[in-house]
Amino acid sequence: MTQPKLNLSPPVSDEVRQTTCYMCAGRCGINVHLKDGRVSYIEGNRDHPVNKGVLCAKGASGIMQVTAPSRLRAPLRRVGPRGSGAFEEISWDEALELAVSWMKPLRETAPEKLAFFTGRDQSQSLTGWWAQAFGTPNYAAHGGFCSVNMAAGGIYTIGGAFWEFGQPDWERTELFVMFGVAEDHDSNPLKIGIGKLKARGARVISVNPVRTGYSAVADDWYAITPGTDGLLILSLVHCLLEAGKIDLDYLAQWTNAPMLVNAAEGPEKGLFVRNAESQPFVIDRRTGQPAPWDGAGVEPDLGADWQGNRSVFRHLAETYLGPAYAPEAVADRCGIAAPRIRALAAELAEAAFDRAFAVPRPWTDFRGNRHETMQGRPVSFHAMRGISAHSNGFQTARALHLLQILLGSVEAPGGYRLKPPYPKPVEAHPTPHFVTVPGKPLSGPHLGYVRGPDDLALLPDGSPARIDKAFSWENPFSAHGLMHMVIPNAHAGDPYRIDTLFLYMANMAWNSSMNTAQVMEMLTAKEGDDYVIPRIIYSDAYASEMVAYADLILPDTTYLERHDCISMLDRPISEPDAAGDAIRWPVVAPDRPGSFGVRGFQSVLLDLGARLGLPGMVNEDGTPKYRDYADYMVTHQRRPGVGPLIGFRGDGTAEGRGAPNPDQLQRYIENGAFYQAHVPEEAAFFKPWNAAYQDWAVRLGIYETPQPYLFSLWSEPMRRFQLAAEGHGPRQPPDHLRARLKQAMHPLPIWYPPYGDADAAFGYKVHALTQRPMDMYHSWGSQNAWLRQIRGRNLLYLPTKIWLGQGFEAGDWARVSSRSGLITVPVAHMAALNENTVWTWNAIGKRKGAWALAPDAPEATVGFLLNHLISELLPRQEGGPRLSNSDPVTGQAAWFDQRVRLERVPAAERPAQSAPSFPELPDVPRAGGGRVQNFSKNLDRNFREFRGPRDPEGAP
Amino acid sequence: MTCLPAKVDKTLGLVIDLDTCVGCQACVTACKGWNDQGYGVPLSDQDPYGADPSGTFLNRVHSYQVEVADAAPQIVNFPRSCLHCADAPCVTVCPTGASYKRAEDGIVLVNEDACIGCGLCAWACPYGAREMDAAAGVMKKCTLCVDRIYNDQLPEQDREPACVRTCPTGARHFGDLSNPQSAVSRLVEARGGYALMPEIGTGPVNRYLPPRKKGAGLSGPLTALVDLPATGLAGWLDRLLGKL
Repeated sequence: MTQPKLNLSPPVSDEVRQTTCYMCAGRCGINVHLKDGRVSYIEGNRDHPVNKGVLCAKGASGIMQVTAPSRLRAPLRRVGPRGSGAFEEISWDEALELAVSWMKPLRETAPEKLAFFTGRDQSQSLTGWWAQAFGTPNYAAHGGFCSVNMAAGGIYTIGGAFWEFGQPDWERTELFVMFGVAEDHDSNPLKIGIGKLKARGARVISVNPVRTGYSAVADDWYAITPGTDGLLILSLVHCLLEAGKIDLDYLAQWTNAPMLVNAAEGPEKGLFVRNAESQPFVIDRRTGQPAPWDGAGVEPDLGADWQGNRSVFRHLAETYLGPAYAPEAVADRCGIAAPRIRALAAELAEAAFDRAFAVPRPWTDFRGNRHETMQGRPVSFHAMRGISAHSNGFQTARALHLLQILLGSVEAPGGYRLKPPYPKPVEAHPTPHFVTVPGKPLSGPHLGYVRGPDDLALLPDGSPARIDKAFSWENPFSAHGLMHMVIPNAHAGDPYRIDTLFLYMANMAWNSSMNTAQVMEMLTAKEGDDYVIPRIIYSDAYASEMVAYADLILPDTTYLERHDCISMLDRPISEPDAAGDAIRWPVVAPDRPGSFGVRGFQSVLLDLGARLGLPGMVNEDGTPKYRDYADYMVTHQRRPGVGPLIGFRGDGTAEGRGAPNPDQLQRYIENGAFYQAHVPEEAAFFKPWNAAYQDWAVRLGIYETPQPYLFSLWSEPMRRFQLAAEGHGPRQPPDHLRARLKQAMHPLPIWYPPYGDADAAFGYKVHALTQRPMDMYHSWGSQNAWLRQIRGRNLLYLPTKIWLGQGFEAGDWARVSSRSGLITVPVAHMAALNENTVWTWNAIGKRKGAWALAPDAPEATVGFLLNHLISELLPRQEGGPRLSNSDPVTGQAAWFDQRVRLERVPAAERPAQSAPSFPELPDVPRAGGGRVQNFSKNLDRNFREFRGPRDPEGAP
Repeated sequence: MTCLPAKVDKTLGLVIDLDTCVGCQACVTACKGWNDQGYGVPLSDQDPYGADPSGTFLNRVHSYQVEVADAAPQIVNFPRSCLHCADAPCVTVCPTGASYKRAEDGIVLVNEDACIGCGLCAWACPYGAREMDAAAGVMKKCTLCVDRIYNDQLPEQDREPACVRTCPTGARHFGDLSNPQSAVSRLVEARGGYALMPEIGTGPVNRYLPPRKKGAGLSGPLTALVDLPATGLAGWLDRLLGKL
């Protein structure tokens, strides 16, 4: 028999175009292959700094996203009742004029009546600038319901954060410990890094109630009780202090540990003792006398006790050496035996100190002291939503930074490394701007970092200036706003009513809201003949659940049809060794035959801005300043010479600073759609204190002057809020918030029980969590024909104790209730799970009729959301209004505080569909279609049975 | 009936590291994407937006729960595709000669022009590695990306299977398992790589690297610096700062 002759070198495609993925927020580089002008194949770009050629399940399925039938095709105006799905298609001119007719009067009379909130977009430096020019204080992106605790906890402590704003030194770390990390940020880089550690046998430990994904491959697993990570971390701190296994030199030089805490009763108590120049100072060990904190050659005394004012280090030691943090005291609460906690502390110490090494790379610090080597500490950490989506998440994030600081590993070789524009201290960030003047822009950006009560966004009567109550006494450090509270607050008229709600890419009528069923009612609630929220404008590329609830739809393009700018001005693609940014460009044209078509939202926003005559968006003669977003990306300057993109500026060779270059986008395209500015070798570590790094950052335009700073173990901004709560200062919190501010705003990282724990007393003893699968990005994945075959339904996973204890059997359903809701859902057993925790995949459940899925799709019949159990408000407390279900420091949505109880549904009563179930959404006008395939043969129906085995859930 | 080659020049296959696979499904859709436009007919999807979506995938990842005595329960993610067996029963069962094993590299392929879609090979495969394409009516299976690995239109570094190229954790390896000096053979040697169900006797080529032993580390317990209740904080500080 002869083998058939094969063509082993078939051409792959006609053309490859390189752009940036957007199947999640990870921003990997992709090669998009085109055949006959159509996308034929997508793979990772090997030269790209984020993914280095690899691509995740979502990225490789992008071809099914640009052909998804759920794509919108034309602007839509609501013609029936809100929520009915009755729309008519209108032209872009009609749509934009309608939007202008709603917005223009607001700008001229009461700009705060426009609330503009964006979801998972990556253009916040544009959208924020637009909202600032409009003059409304009501702008934020989705960080408040995502992971602001992680961002703010980091900024207030180390001037940088986990998320994707740094990463372990993958090449040198010997021990990597994850807290609450699932498939969140950042996706492929974390997988690449774990793969590197695995390849060389470095140790990986996961602290997580659920042992899937990264936790599944971890060498050891700590099945922690949700919400107690902070307690575990501070117990590790206790063990390390007890054994003296801390980096004293690092603490003395690079942190505020030697600073003196004012002990005098009064309005300065707990702030740093300051000298005549208002500078905090240290005690020099050589002289025993005060010395400048940034003085050359000074040897700060960690143990200082000067005129009764003790050092931060003394406060810290006293606090954490206390018996409350002993492993034996926290073990039951954390669900981890005391010897296991001590063993983990020993592993950390062993990695940091017994495996320490020095990199022979001389450098000079900001004090002018020269160091011949860089001290390596090969232990690193990562943490994400598992710790941040709790009402104690901010302090838990701070606690973890405290731990890595005590080990001396932040910004050290082998430790956690920040990526430009970080490190960046609180002092280098703006404060919030919120004062409205009709017809005028805001005086500065909305979002910022509060230093004390004076920076709160309050109206003269003391009420919140913002619709989401960000930067109020309820959540003073809400650096990302509280998107999850916008609709409930607007509906309640608390703090005031708005007129137009303008949303981009945020599925607030479904998986992005707590208490989803009631949010849908709020969106359609009427007062007399008018809607309580009078107007809703929404931009999305797809027929999501939110589309039905808008009055005007501005259809966006898919990610392969658009320009985008992944900018140093907001969320770039830097690496520890390089600043980096990237673009998207239309590798295929947006094609919606027979309709008015779609436009990239950012171009639409600029068009809208020009029609409104917003400052910065029109020329002196009133004509639009920017042709479209691509034009803005190239020609906009935020400061002279500094624009959205750092690469190929000026004559094409300038980096960071330089005049706009009309060829810039073409140069990005030729370079694979990204640019990198490399950090000099001597600047690569100890960046907050490294003079070479500081100088490089100034040259690149990250700062205007060097910004060296010390890590904040003791937080003065937090202490200022405690002082206010204690009655000091002219700006005073309402009485009902005093106790909570005193607790949550402790200047040292502390642990307190998550607010959700209070539900246990009402019989809701079980923790309920969600996590995002690696093959889905929130609600987007289900419209993708490939991805939904991997995960088209979700189950609630129950631990052995509950499964056996309540007599569950395979195929069972459970009624799951919380203090505010009830769902009936399919369940399954999972052993590798904290014994008091249940969980499910996030956002697999869909509303019937959404996302162009058939109404009987499993996502819409048996799929479910946990959101129905989660109230956006905490239970009523005596003596005060109801508060949002959020972290008291930042306003981060406390999704994972949730407590439930379960009841087995008898086998005879198993339902066919999960509950609650909602009326089917009518189909909105959309592109339809789907991918065209040509087949050489047709199947005889008899052969259908021969399909290979498959596992539609892909789940444990 | 179809004959196997008397000998193969090379034994190309995959080595999959179960200690590293996080179950992300990247290989599943990279495979789907490449082979949808590559060798043979596209990989069709039936009812793609409906109640029972079902398509052809040449590589699937399953997650298994493992409960072992005296250790915490574990999850093992297990990618599964054709193992390119030496004694491939899917080949010998084929009535038309469509299924065959390449003499030059051992890859098991289906000549789609000769496939009548009878499905006997899928019955014969003990690993469930073949999938009938429901639209085209031909049998589909892993080709080890035969149209990539020798493809001189691709950059040399890309001449590997799509699943290997895309794997974010680097858990998938490709090479010649007949050569003891190849990187994959050395990996199998070093990590105790094993064949899947060798007792069935089909001589599977692909190897799996087992999960490493999990559990507590080897660090000894930390020793307290001082007897804190006895010395108090002052004694602790003296002892600690004396180290500076």
